[in-house]
Amino acid sequence: MSLTEKTAAELLALQAAGKASAVEITDAFLASIADRDQKVQAFMHVEGANAKAVAAVIDAKRKSGAKLGALAGVPIAIKDVLCTKGIPTTCSSKILEGFVPPYDATVVARLKAADAILIGKTNMDEFAMGSSTENSAYKTTRNPWDPERIPGGSSGGSAAAVAACLAPVSLGTDTGGSIRQPASLCGIVGIKPTYGRVSRYGMIAFASSLDQIGPFTHDVYDNALLMEIISGFDPHDATSVNQPVPAYTKTLNDKVEGLRIGVPKEFFGEGLDSEVEAAIRTALKEYEKLGAKLIDVSLPHSSYAVSVYYIVATAEASSNLARFDGMHYGHRTKQKADLIGTYAKSRGEAFGKEVQRRIMLGTYALSSGYKDAYYLKALKVRRLIKNDFDAAFEKCDVIMGPTAPTAAFKKGEKSDNPLAMYLSDIYTISCNLAGIAGLSIPCGFTKTNLPIGLQLLSPPFDEERMLRVARMYEAATDWHTKRPTV
Amino acid sequence: MAEPYKIVIGLEVHVQLLTKTKLFCSCPNKFGLPPNSAVCPVCLGLPGSLPVMNRQAFDLALKAALALNCQIASHADQKPGFTKWDRKNYYYPDLPKNYQISQYDLPFSHDGFLDINVHPDPKKGYTAKKVGIIRAHLEEDAGKNIHDESGRGGDTRVDLNRTGTPLLEIVSHPDMNSPEEAIAYLEEIRLMLRELGVSDCEMQEGSLRCDANVNVHIPKADEPKGYAATPLVEIKNLNSFRSVGRAITYEAKRQYEQFQKDPVGYRIDKLLKTTAGWDDPRGRTEVQRHKEEAADYRYFPEPDLVPVIVTKEQLDAVKATMGELPQAQRQRLQTQYGLSPSDAEVFVAKGRKTVAYLEEVAKIVGDGKAAANRISDLVFPALNERKEEIDEFPVTAAAYADFVKQTGSLNKQDRVDVFKIVLEKGVSVEDAKTAAGIKAVDESALRESAKAAIAANAKAVADFKAGKDSAKMAIVGFVMKNNKGAPNDVVRKLVDEELAKV
Ligand SMILES: [Zn+2]
Repeated sequence: MSLTEKTAAELLALQAAGKASAVEITDAFLASIADRDQKVQAFMHVEGANAKAVAAVIDAKRKSGAKLGALAGVPIAIKDVLCTKGIPTTCSSKILEGFVPPYDATVVARLKAADAILIGKTNMDEFAMGSSTENSAYKTTRNPWDPERIPGGSSGGSAAAVAACLAPVSLGTDTGGSIRQPASLCGIVGIKPTYGRVSRYGMIAFASSLDQIGPFTHDVYDNALLMEIISGFDPHDATSVNQPVPAYTKTLNDKVEGLRIGVPKEFFGEGLDSEVEAAIRTALKEYEKLGAKLIDVSLPHSSYAVSVYYIVATAEASSNLARFDGMHYGHRTKQKADLIGTYAKSRGEAFGKEVQRRIMLGTYALSSGYKDAYYLKALKVRRLIKNDFDAAFEKCDVIMGPTAPTAAFKKGEKSDNPLAMYLSDIYTISCNLAGIAGLSIPCGFTKTNLPIGLQLLSPPFDEERMLRVARMYEAATDWHTKRPTV
Repeated sequence: MAEPYKIVIGLEVHVQLLTKTKLFCSCPNKFGLPPNSAVCPVCLGLPGSLPVMNRQAFDLALKAALALNCQIASHADQKPGFTKWDRKNYYYPDLPKNYQISQYDLPFSHDGFLDINVHPDPKKGYTAKKVGIIRAHLEEDAGKNIHDESGRGGDTRVDLNRTGTPLLEIVSHPDMNSPEEAIAYLEEIRLMLRELGVSDCEMQEGSLRCDANVNVHIPKADEPKGYAATPLVEIKNLNSFRSVGRAITYEAKRQYEQFQKDPVGYRIDKLLKTTAGWDDPRGRTEVQRHKEEAADYRYFPEPDLVPVIVTKEQLDAVKATMGELPQAQRQRLQTQYGLSPSDAEVFVAKGRKTVAYLEEVAKIVGDGKAAANRISDLVFPALNERKEEIDEFPVTAAAYADFVKQTGSLNKQDRVDVFKIVLEKGVSVEDAKTAAGIKAVDESALRESAKAAIAANAKAVADFKAGKDSAKMAIVGFVMKNNKGAPNDVVRKLVDEELAKV
């Protein structure tokens, strides 16, 4: 097994045992990127020499006996929506072409402080708007399990990078499923933490009240490890919550006794692929074997989730993306125009179709005369969706179901039908609207060898138990050990 | 001459708060720094940056709102003390996020009032008038666009130092009816906010800005309301209190004249509100745009900030730091020290430090009115001349009280001379008197002199006794001539006493 197929925990152990250096590890992943990324197209930017230099410093520190961070010598890929000081950050949009942030996102600063090695920035749907990474203005990332298929989105680059062993771990962001859905489609573990668990400072906002950052990893242990590093209150983010971060890795293997799993009937209805459903049912049976009790629960308002999401998220996006106007940074039209013309041309030239569509949707939803019927009404339904979860969690500890209705679909299959594309997030969206935590773990493959993901949803700030529940299943199965041949 | 119409004025005032740092980041809140030197990712609106509320700004705003007698965040269907932030969306280069963080439907304060003093009359004092406050809310300021004014069509530059500095917007009811009332309102707000340390309210530097909403009511017996009202005009670009007054006068007259030309069409129910700019050099308003074309700001709750809950403890803490407000102070100076309304007005207008000086002098001297008069006579002119504030003045209140006591018997000119020496040389009052050539008053010698004068001026005494009061002055003058520098009031008193004995 080569270095690049290993987990972060294994890479840490190898270094501790003196069997691999940070430079060797970094070289291995850089070589893997050089070799395979033409096929996968996961990276927007690769930090070659800089990554090696950081690795050399870590090796020297280790040699000198200095204290090392919790992720010392482990390369990490970062979704290009997170600001990285001195490194281009584009959101895979033409409008941010050439933009180099003067500061690090809080999560990036925390990873650097933990001695992780930033190896590159990954491709995504432009401004995180999409479910296939086809909305990138630069490149189309392939699913490592089948290059004719998409990796999911919007964090498709980060998911594909880990699945294809171009990086052992990566960060993505999840506004309506953008971590969990690509994790599911790429056969890896991805978590959407509770809203407020991880600082959003330095994450270029799509929908501020829904966005959260989370890690992609091969297994649950690595995910718990990353969560320990990136979670916690940040004085730069007023919406981050001042609550202690549990030692997720320490309790990970503690079995959850008397586990009650809520199974919502709404997650098994029309539109769910039969192979996916079968894999989920099998996984649930596995949990029963492990001593869990399955309980029927209902989330009656979940049928409104997609509608509510496309009003709330686009309304916030229409305002969040207003700053990209060609005045202070980013793309400015070459055409001569007055002020309004310069705004319109700069934005019209550099925003992709999906981004424009969502800005228009959101602007409409907030406009006077329509705000009550759309935006304010959506906020009310959002509250009802949250209440559904509160009621369900009275009866169970965790909710389970499919992460996505289907396995990875073909490139171009849904690009002309935004509505069909929006439905790929049907099971993930309500978690963001309710602000709770969610996680996807691999739970099988289709007949055509495409990964399937099991989604776990937990009450707010209950990541510790959710990770343990995920680990119970992982310990009993070997899906997480599979690697694609790229 | 009174105009044949009633002016109706409502004011929207923006004041910059005197915080150390900006409203949502830790950049310094300071005027006059080099362009774009007080900026960071947050106030530049860089991608990924997030705002965090400055508690000092909120507390200063609370102080102002309490002084304006406002309700604090008490909204129907909300928890007591609940207030939140909203985004106001519009595009402009001095607003790098292209939205302003402001407050929309649940401002942190509302429904207050301010008592102002109008129609000054030194004898009768002032008439108090209540101006209603609709709301006061917090928001972030925009930067400044610096346009090329050479006429060669150069680029506009943007200075973002001011971006994100805290602004308090105070919106009044249309309760003012003359330019004088509008100015009195602004002066009272300025005095109060300066004394509270909320804002320095410098209109020239833009730390106080004012827009005036003006229309006129023309009395007409046959109208349902008894008058016809012209459409509202919001006047912007007012850069001094004087221009506020001039603009209102001009605009009211212009509206009246337009109404005369078009008494059917030029009415508030026929035309929507318009915006006008005040052209100060030309002395006229220029209509800019119809409000109906105004932007739809698409307000919605700011998702990057959490709502604020104001607790009773916080309110009490703020109240404890407020001190006495101007209107209460004016009343107290009149009742406690017997000051005239106009003297109280003068002292309060000069600020709390001056009032404290007065009170200390008054307590030692034991006569508030005399203390006020002596301070007005000598201290105010000296401060003016020396361009000093009262707390920089070398003569402390205790020293000045001592001076007042020791110079009570001197005539005015002597007092002025002695004070000049005290101030310039820093010597004691005693030494200053000697230096001014003023001998200590020997009352028994003066009495002898008065007796001699009465004896030497039999005719004047007879005239006086016959009822000719002015004859007394000849005797006083006689004494003064023989006693150069003697205090006039003492001499008079002695002459009176001795004449009574005759
Ligand atoms: Zn700043």
